[in-house]
Amino acid sequence: MAKSLRDEFGDTLVDLGRMNEDLVVLDADLSRSTRTHKFAQKYPERFFNVGISEQDLMGTAAGLALEGKIPVASTYAVFAGRAWEQMRNTIARSGLNVKIVVTHAGFSNFADGSSHQSVEDIAIVRAIPGMTLIVPSDSIETREALKAALEFRGPVYIRLGRDAPQIFDDSYRYELGRCVLVRDGRDVTVAATGIMVERALEAAELLKERSIDLCVIDVHTIKPLDGEGIIRAAAKTGAVVTAEEHSVIGGLGGAISELLSENLPVPVERVGIRDMYGQSGEYEQLLTKHRLTPNDIAAACIRAITRRRG
Amino acid sequence: MRVSKNTDAVVRLLSDSYKAGLEAKPEGQRPTTLPLARREISVTGNLPSVADLEEIARVTRLNVLTMISGAGSGHPGSSLSAVDLIVALYFWKMHHRPDDPRWAERDRFILSKGHAAPALYAVLAEAGYFSATKLSTLRKMDSILQGHPDTVTPGVDVMTGSLGQGLSVANGIALASRLHRKSFRVYVLLGDGECDEGQVWEAAMTAAHYKLDNITIIIDRNMLQSDGATETVKSKEPLPEKWRAFGWNVLEVDGHNFPQILSALNLAEAKKGAPTVIIAKTVKGKGVSFMEGNGQFHSNAIGQELLSRALYEIESSKV
Repeated sequence: MAKSLRDEFGDTLVDLGRMNEDLVVLDADLSRSTRTHKFAQKYPERFFNVGISEQDLMGTAAGLALEGKIPVASTYAVFAGRAWEQMRNTIARSGLNVKIVVTHAGFSNFADGSSHQSVEDIAIVRAIPGMTLIVPSDSIETREALKAALEFRGPVYIRLGRDAPQIFDDSYRYELGRCVLVRDGRDVTVAATGIMVERALEAAELLKERSIDLCVIDVHTIKPLDGEGIIRAAAKTGAVVTAEEHSVIGGLGGAISELLSENLPVPVERVGIRDMYGQSGEYEQLLTKHRLTPNDIAAACIRAITRRRG
Repeated sequence: MRVSKNTDAVVRLLSDSYKAGLEAKPEGQRPTTLPLARREISVTGNLPSVADLEEIARVTRLNVLTMISGAGSGHPGSSLSAVDLIVALYFWKMHHRPDDPRWAERDRFILSKGHAAPALYAVLAEAGYFSATKLSTLRKMDSILQGHPDTVTPGVDVMTGSLGQGLSVANGIALASRLHRKSFRVYVLLGDGECDEGQVWEAAMTAAHYKLDNITIIIDRNMLQSDGATETVKSKEPLPEKWRAFGWNVLEVDGHNFPQILSALNLAEAKKGAPTVIIAKTVKGKGVSFMEGNGQFHSNAIGQELLSRALYEIESSKV
């Protein structure tokens, strides 16, 4: 069983806290769920729980950053949205060195229902000037992205789901803003993020039987988008499918459509949530209902190839 | 109210007004530089007198009105009510170095009611952070004086403007200063209308919980907000009791009475174990008879004729 992203996040914070005295962690009464409680236990003097107040969470983190601390502020993805304007006005507008790490993104908080499921946070955070936005696809990438984010100076938003199968091993070298070629192929490029990277690899296996060869890239940094890497992959195959556990509006699909329509107008099919809210259920049931399965990616690949030929 | 957008005309008229109100000065030389400017304050123990502070406040008011009219927009009433409070901080209470704005030991100031920016800018110029000639660039393209506080201005640490967010930032600064074992203080100026914002109370709880006694808030209690009287729009009272219930040490002063303001600032510093809020009863538009208590001047620049009258009134109030 692969390690959950939030467990990796919590453990990595403790590791990094040992090496970096300036690392401070804030939470809004969800530290057990986000796993920042591990840091709190180890470094209580550097952990600040502001209670159930996300706007105050962002503002307090901003103040700590102003004084040279490196604050990591954590809550559920959907609740960070409550403090969107604080992220914009107090943090990003000043370019403050705050790391916002949100958990339970997409449908990964399946049982709690639609109030707790964040389907649009990539879109609203991506629109903030000066914000860096990362969506890791497995625990190793979560760890490496967090390290890279702490080394980077400026506001970063890291979006974590709950569980994800392992894709990378310890040899993985993370580079902020550079997508990763996880499977080379010639027929269609799947640009995926988060848990959809592994699902794209499954789709590639499904399409092998039909002699369709998928190129899969992991777009872990959604902003700034790796235009060069994506255009190169799109040029090679001439057809692109985007895949994300997020609305098709304004997320990875939106970002890549913007990029390619201006630079390399090839057919793009977007796999994502079709402008809808979730509901309570099992994780896999939700992913199936909202057409986020390997089969859905495979079908989108065929559509994209057909459009290219048409 | 008609507001001239022709800034050249306004500036020309302004210098005429000055000439009328003051003794004639050569063109381009503004009557703003007092002997107190560019002096390190309070470290030397050589504090200005109450009369000095009143004079600085008077000049600040002249500049605030001139700046806002020159810009053609802004919040004159909200700026004038806050002038004495900001002057007391920068010329009497706070440790700071205008020639070294990033001095690590400086006391921090956050103008959470960011729309009073002209008052802050006029005080910063008076203190020597930048030349007073910059004041006429308020709200102009590429100016260091943005419509709301921005770090492009020397001496401004925190970008504000959207109400309700300053106290949270102050909490973060105060927590960091505790980790760094620093002794500087953090001052926050809040509007009374601003206390409608939920984040103010989130942050009030946080500050009390962490016993951030290095924070002092001053509330500019001018009783008016954008849509009218604070008690009509959404009642704030009993405001002192609310802050007390949130765990704060509460002081109440006349926000235009320097001895009271200074005494409260000292009491706030002496208080240990809890943050202090000074509720300063103020008059919106203070210093100009036709603006005082008049909500019409919350966010309206005044035109040339009224400006001349206002400047004349302030000028003739000199003791």
